[in-house]
Parts: sequence; C-alpha cells; structure tokens
Amino acid sequence: MGLRKVAVVGAGMTKFVRRAQETGRELAYEAAKMALDSCELTLDDVDAVALGTAPDAFDAVHMKGEYLSDGAGAWRKPFMRSYVGGGTGVFAPIQGWYHVASGLFDVCLVVCEEKMSSCQPHPQGAFLTIFDHTTERPLGPNLLWIFALEMNRYMQTYGLQKKDIALVSVKNKRNAADHPCALLGDPNITVEDVLNSEVLAWPVQRLDVSPVTDGAVAVVLAAENVAKRITDKPVWIKGVGWSLDTAYWTNRDLYYPKYVEYAARMAYEMAGIREPRKEIHVVEPYDPFDYKELHHLEGLLLADKGEAPRLTAEGVTARTGNMPVCPSGGLLGVGNPIAAAGLMKVAEIFWQLRGEAGKRQVPGKPITGLAQAWGDLMQVGTVIILGIGG
Amino acid sequence: MPREVAIIGVGYSGFRALTPEVSYKELMYEAAVKAYEDAGVDPRRDIESFVTVAEDFTEGTSIFDEYVPDQLGAVLKPVHTISGEGLHGFIAAYLQILTGAMDIVAVEAHSKASNILTPDEIMAFAMDPVYNRPLQVNPHFIAGLEMNRYLCETGTTREQCALVVAKNKHNALYNPLAAYGANIAIEDVLQSEIVSYPLSRLDMSPRADGAIVMVLAARERAEELSDIPIWIRGVGWCNDSFSLENRDWMNAIYAAKAGETAYRMAGIRTPWQELDFAEIDDTFSYKELQHMEALRLCRPGEAGMLTEDGATEIGGDFPVNPSGGSLGMGHLLDASGLARLLEVVLQLRGEAGQHQLPDVEAGLAFAWRGLPTTSGAAVILCN
Repeated sequence: MGLRKVAVVGAGMTKFVRRAQETGRELAYEAAKMALDSCELTLDDVDAVALGTAPDAFDAVHMKGEYLSDGAGAWRKPFMRSYVGGGTGVFAPIQGWYHVASGLFDVCLVVCEEKMSSCQPHPQGAFLTIFDHTTERPLGPNLLWIFALEMNRYMQTYGLQKKDIALVSVKNKRNAADHPCALLGDPNITVEDVLNSEVLAWPVQRLDVSPVTDGAVAVVLAAENVAKRITDKPVWIKGVGWSLDTAYWTNRDLYYPKYVEYAARMAYEMAGIREPRKEIHVVEPYDPFDYKELHHLEGLLLADKGEAPRLTAEGVTARTGNMPVCPSGGLLGVGNPIAAAGLMKVAEIFWQLRGEAGKRQVPGKPITGLAQAWGDLMQVGTVIILGIGG
Repeated sequence: MPREVAIIGVGYSGFRALTPEVSYKELMYEAAVKAYEDAGVDPRRDIESFVTVAEDFTEGTSIFDEYVPDQLGAVLKPVHTISGEGLHGFIAAYLQILTGAMDIVAVEAHSKASNILTPDEIMAFAMDPVYNRPLQVNPHFIAGLEMNRYLCETGTTREQCALVVAKNKHNALYNPLAAYGANIAIEDVLQSEIVSYPLSRLDMSPRADGAIVMVLAARERAEELSDIPIWIRGVGWCNDSFSLENRDWMNAIYAAKAGETAYRMAGIRTPWQELDFAEIDDTFSYKELQHMEALRLCRPGEAGMLTEDGATEIGGDFPVNPSGGSLGMGHLLDASGLARLLEVVLQLRGEAGQHQLPDVEAGLAFAWRGLPTTSGAAVILCN
C-alpha cells in the first residue's frame, strides 16, 4: 500500500501487582524508562508520546492523560491520549503507528498505565458508571453480570461445558508461571481448581476472571530508516485494525464478536494476510475472562465458530502447540491492568518474534504474531499484527 | 512532502447556555448530519474512520466512546476517542489520512456542560491527587496566579484584559452561533466579582453546550467532493509540565511550541504578516493576550497595547477571535478548539455572514485544554 514502515524497537514493563506503592505517574515513568533503555534511547530521541489509560474513575483523576503526561515522558513534547475502554492497550500502539506512519515523527514512545487499586473497595464500583445513565444504570448492573450473559450465550450456542472453557484459564495461569512480571502465575493449577472456585455470577467463577491489577507497559516505535539504526532486530507493524459496534448491546447476538472480525479483516488486509491460520504464528488475544480467549480466536478467524474450545483441548493453543495462544500467560495469568494489559500483549509478541521471551519462548522461530484487545460494552476490537523480515 | 488534506464538511449544533430539549446524542447527530451533507458524503459508505473527543468526568459516563458510534453513522467502523482537546482529535484524524491508509476521516467533539452539576469540583479532580488536591484550592486560583504573573512581567493591565472581553462579546453580537454576545464596558469587567485576584468573573468565559463535526479528506477525494476545500497547512501540539511546581508560569510554552511546529510545517516565518486572522483560546481574557504573544502574533508584552489600539478587532490589522471566542460564544469544554477552527473554516469559505472578514486566505486556530493543564494545539488553514 506504500505506507511508511513503522517498527517496534524497544519494550519495557513493570511488575503487574495487586497494589502498587508507586503513583500512576511513577509507574508510567518506570515502564517508559525501561522501554527506552532497552533500545538505548533517551527522551531526547523521542519526537512524540502516545498514551493509553482506561477509565479515569479508577483513580478519580479527571483528565488522567494530562496527569500522567510528564511521567510518560511527554514534557514539552507532542502528546495525545487515546481511549477505547478495554481495547486501549492495543489501540495506543495503533495511535503511535499513525503518528510515525504520517511522516511527521520518526520516534514515538507509547505508554500504557493503569492503577486499579486506588478504587476502593473494588474497581467494579467504577464500572457501574460505564452503563447508559437512563436505561441501564438504574438497574445497578455489574460487569460480571453482562459477561456472564455473554459467556452463557456462547456456551449455549455451541453446547459447551464449563470444563471446556476452564482449560483456557489453566493454560494461561500455567504459562504465566514463567513470566517474571506476572501476578497470578500458577504451575500447578488444574481444571478442578477453576470449577471449584467461588461462583461470582453463573457461569463466571473466580478463576475464570483476570485479577484487579496495577502496572504499566511501554514500547518505542520508529520509522524504517531510524529503526534500522537503532536495532538489528526491528519488529515491523504489518497491519492494524479497529472497529466499534453499536452502543445498544442488548440488540446484538452476543455469541460472536463481529467487531473483532471487522478489526481483524482490516489488519489482515493491511498486512497482506490471506490465510491467517497459516500466516499467524503466535497470538495474544484478549483474555480478561477465559471464554473471551475462545470468543476472540473465532472473531480473529483463527478458529471456526465454536471450534476454539476443541483447539484448546487438543493442545493446539499450548505454548508448544501449532498455534501458541497467550504464551505470556495473558490477562488471566500476568494480570489485567486494563490499558497496560493490552500493551503487554504487544510487547509479548515483540519479544517472541525477537526470540527474547526467555522461558516463555515459543518454538519454531515465529515470524508473524498478532495481539488483540477488546472493550467498551463488549463492543470494540483492536488488532495489531507484527512481523520480522520483509 | 506530506499528503495534502482538506476540510470538506462542517456541521454544528447547539452553542447555547442550555439545551434542555436535546440530549448529547441529539446534539451530535444534528452536527454529524449537517457535516456529512456539507461534505456530500455518506458516512456508511465513504467515511473510513471516526475520531471523537471526550473526557469521562465531563460526560458523567466512564468509557464514553461506547455511546458514540450510533449517532455518527459509525457502527462497526474504526472509531476511537482522543481524550484531549478538540484540535487534538482533529489532528489525530489528519494523521490517519497522512499515513495513506485512509482517505476520508470525520472528527467529532461536543459539550453538554449544562448537564454538569458541579463543574468546578470536577475541575478540582484534575489536580494532582497527591500533592495538590489535598490543599483544596479552587482551581481558578491557578489562573489568578498565572494572570498576576503575566500582568506583572509584561506590564499588561487589567483594563487591557477587560478590553479583550468587551471586544469578544461585541464580536459575538454579529455571530448567530454565539451564546454570549453583549455590549459591555471595561468597567463592567473590572467591577464584576473577583474569582481569584486579578481574575474577575467576567474575565472568564461562561460555559455552553454544542457539538461540532468535521469531515477531512485527502486531496483527490477533497477536490472531487468539494468546491471549497479548506486546506490544512500546518498542525502542532505540545504539553508543558502538568505539575504546578515545575511549570513555566510566565510563558505559555505549550502554545509557543505548538505554534512553532505548525508554522514550520506551513512554511511560515512571520506569522502576523503571513496569516490574516486568528481564533485563539480565550478561556480567560488574559489567555488571549498571553497566547498571542506565545504564538508570535506580536512581540512579548505587546498584545495588550495592540488590543487597545483596536488592531485585533474585526476591522483591525489582525483580527483575533472575530467569532467572539469562548468569551462570546461560550466555552464548549474540549469542543472549544473545534469551535475556533469552525470559525476559521467559515471565514476562509466566505460564509461568516455579518462578521465576515474581507479577503482572508490563511487563518490560525489555537486551543488550550483549560485548567489545570499546560496542553495546547494549533492548526493553520488556507483556502
């Protein structure tokens, strides 16, 4: 398409923890510093900063992007904060991509931060305010309830059992045991543990859900000519896509995330990918709930509708399988600081493609990977495809 | 050379102190329908991406972009929020077209300020929660401090600031979109109650409701669709330090740097000669003067005198805020920058009506995000 080529050249992340002692600005600073150090750049080399962070209600800071700006390295620099709810973590690097691909900037620092623990007693309270003020909020809905609806619909449509879905949680939490930044890695967890965990809103149980987390992640993007000077191993952004469905979620059939498919098709087209199941070698779909990983694999066209559970049961999505899914441990294992969790997935693909994922490294020298996030009212899909070579 | 991009459609609604008869969705819908009609596009068929501008706390809804796609005709399309000024959102749309991946992108920003019961308390929630918020200061204190410093350093007087108010409210009388047009005297401003000395109530722009949608297109599509494309010649945006303790209180560095970036892109060396007029943030009266100086539309300390000489009036050498600015049109929260830009578009199209400036070819819009930020954005347009 003749687009300017943009590469990821560095990445950094803080530990994902339940209750960080650092302020949000400090978390943003730590991740940004690590990302810049990883490619031996300093703030002087950064032309613009793109920031992602999800609801301001978590930390009760109005204009949270402005508050985080100097921590994220934006002092006296062009700075913007993008926002698509839970999809923000994968959108922020898309925002960084259009900054660099526009030709106006050579190096863009992308920072995502989230501090959910400030919200007491529990960030679910903040989520009450995402619902329509007239038609839904008076009912006092809870995020777990609507995801329970969606999970139930998914299970009903394809005749799935809870144990089919619990496998995802087990896989991801076991994968996370190898991630140095993970909050909930567990090498010994079993399907029974998930099935015996507390029921929150049937069919959602505690171990089906990712934890409340604090953390920050940053990546450095650079234009082609600059990227090749910075590193021998640039990881190219091959395609990006995003799509937002209607606000009237009660009018949608929740069994299938069409918006994820639209976002994926946009990204595949940009990347020139015709057969995603053959051409994508490692996948980080958004997994705040275990069924979402399955849902999203289908939306990404990486599994036939209703077939993702079978792929999981057969080990295809294991770290050593034919199509490793969430080798990082995902949100279920590493943690879910909303915006930072999405960018963690992009960073994971970056490390996997460079062969730098340590104990999490998938075999077979992958050359193309995909990260995806999801959010708003079960409504937005954000997709980014990374690749080496070419 | 960057791709050439033009504004091919604008639509707007509201611009009133109160809009109790419509919801924010209806405001947005009306603005969108008008903008698409103006551009001659069908949003479902032609527009490839949408940018919306919002902050959760002023909407009263978390993750506000949930409620955006339906009334914009953007369902199952690429849509994202910029939590920034309207001009930031505009620039985000522009960048997407510059990549070459998109040809037509729409941007939306709105204000339903009249729905906000406690706007000052919300503004206080933008203060640093660790260092500043516990002091429980009224955030307007920041504007008072900054204004005092500005007056002190430049020798600008409160009277000159009051003249800005009188000028802008007078201009607004000739702008049918403006909610706060009035004939007032300097004394009215000086005698209105002090909010935080030397800032008085009439030095502050009153809030208003409204929505603005603009459609941007790459050259090929713009020329095909529009008889009067308004070209984007330069953009720039910048943050200074958010922290009150570290910022430069005298100079609007964010404005200077945003302006320089836009001028460089547009190839402008002497802005006051090469531009014909400007629409500049005037959330507070002194801000118009401070921003004029930071944007090199005059020398430091001169803006007050120029205002006194009438240079910035509609008939003057360099009209500033012929629309009436935020003081005259009302402050539209983060849509304020798009309101400034809207006026630049209408002037360059020759559609400004009673307050049309003669023979204008190039104009500047500059926006500041308001208290307590140091965040600004500039856009230069030509016809």
